[in-house]
Amino acid sequence: MSRDEVRKAYLELIRSYIRVEDPSIINESSLLVNDLKVNSTRFVDIILETEDRFSISIDDKEMERFDRVGDAIDFICEKKKLAA
Amino acid sequence: MNRVVVTGMGIVAPNAVGVEAYRRALCEGKSGISYTSQMKELGFGCHVAGVPDISKQTANGYFSPELLKNSNASMKYAVIASVDCWKDSGLPSRHPDSGVDWRTAAIIGTSLGGIDTIGESVVPETNAGRARRLGSSAAEKAMSSCASACVGGLLGLGGQVTTNSSACSTGTEAIVGGFWMIREGRSDRVLAGSAEAPSVYTWAFLDSLRVMTRSSNEQPQAASRPLSASAGGFVPAGGAGILMLESLTSAKERGAKIYGEVLGGHSNCGGQRNGGSITASNPEGIQRCVQETLEVTKTKPSEIDYVNGHLTGTGGDAKEIRCLTAALGRRLSDMPWVNATKSLIGHGLGASGSMESVAVLLQMAHGFLHPSLNCEDFHPEIEELRPRVPEKSIPWNSRFALKTSFGFGDVNSCVIFKRWEE
Repeated sequence: MSRDEVRKAYLELIRSYIRVEDPSIINESSLLVNDLKVNSTRFVDIILETEDRFSISIDDKEMERFDRVGDAIDFICEKKKLAA
Repeated sequence: MNRVVVTGMGIVAPNAVGVEAYRRALCEGKSGISYTSQMKELGFGCHVAGVPDISKQTANGYFSPELLKNSNASMKYAVIASVDCWKDSGLPSRHPDSGVDWRTAAIIGTSLGGIDTIGESVVPETNAGRARRLGSSAAEKAMSSCASACVGGLLGLGGQVTTNSSACSTGTEAIVGGFWMIREGRSDRVLAGSAEAPSVYTWAFLDSLRVMTRSSNEQPQAASRPLSASAGGFVPAGGAGILMLESLTSAKERGAKIYGEVLGGHSNCGGQRNGGSITASNPEGIQRCVQETLEVTKTKPSEIDYVNGHLTGTGGDAKEIRCLTAALGRRLSDMPWVNATKSLIGHGLGASGSMESVAVLLQMAHGFLHPSLNCEDFHPEIEELRPRVPEKSIPWNSRFALKTSFGFGDVNSCVIFKRWEE
């Protein structure tokens, strides 16, 4: 799985959680809660879905890496030992 | 003291979804009871139930994908009934960016709230050591107040938003509670009613108690038999009924249509004494509840011209009728009209009182009484009541209708509705 494939799959995964009118504004520097208006209660669901989708485990401390879209993609790649 | 009227209704019942469909189903005596294979597969004695038919298409009309994903059955029923009730009352649509409506409250009761979520997800995941896998929605779906919290958020309500729970008297108790909130000026409007999931995790312990019927599994539509000599237990059901209770002043200010007036109600407990227990009613408790309701509403017993009974299809039916004759000071042959909505929709437990109150108001507003099904072999102890129980739909312009509900814990709730007259 390449980084591009991870990026595509992750953006697909978070799509149903995003509450902005225009999804085209999403970029790797977007913050899930502040910029993309994701309900903060659902943050944990994104973590669980990410674990399932990419067959990785994410501990509580690592959840901080999911605030920003690009950081989350990098984190997933690291966990899967993919070149960024 | 404010007068309280009903300006909107919403219903999710086993025999119809939506007020107009429910009116037709009541008028036609349509049964909503069907065979449920899951109950047989799980080894239940009862294999029949009343389960509302909510298609995916219907649900999509009320829920965002996110809300739908994070809702269980009682939340879905409550949302559909509440949104329909809101629209029916003629209030402006609500959106996520609408402000908070500080003058509207909600009392949406339930017996077991999110028990389907608890049974299907919280318990198995926890026991398997996977609590962290429950996700965010487990909390909002498992809590007893899941339905009222969901409706409160969807409609942006700013009055008290709460859930009452008093077993099978819950729905009527919610209406009594809402009545007093408006009567005392604490709210202009209250969405009052209840919702119950059709969950095998609820029905399991009732089946174990042998209070659900076991004798009509081959004939589902004959299974719910209130007032019948052959009644062998109730038919479990799910659903939701919601009333928009509103101060008459508020209703008139905005020119709202009015289904009927809530004259008032009362709730009490028989103390589990003198024949009362956790599962049975103290007859004096029932009689006092009816009499207090008459007193608080300043209604004479002779003015009651229709009773929508609790009448579940168990051995308690004859006892209930004897309590009513005593409380109203009337002979069996001189009783008001009596019918049992549970003969059509089964026993919605916490949702029963509100689904049946919607039935009362529809009958009152449209001048008819629905048939009480499956009592052709009338209970011999109350045989003289038979002429007062409609076998088929009849025209009747009720002016004062009494709704009674009783529940485990020996708790009782009664309310009197009056046909709307200026």
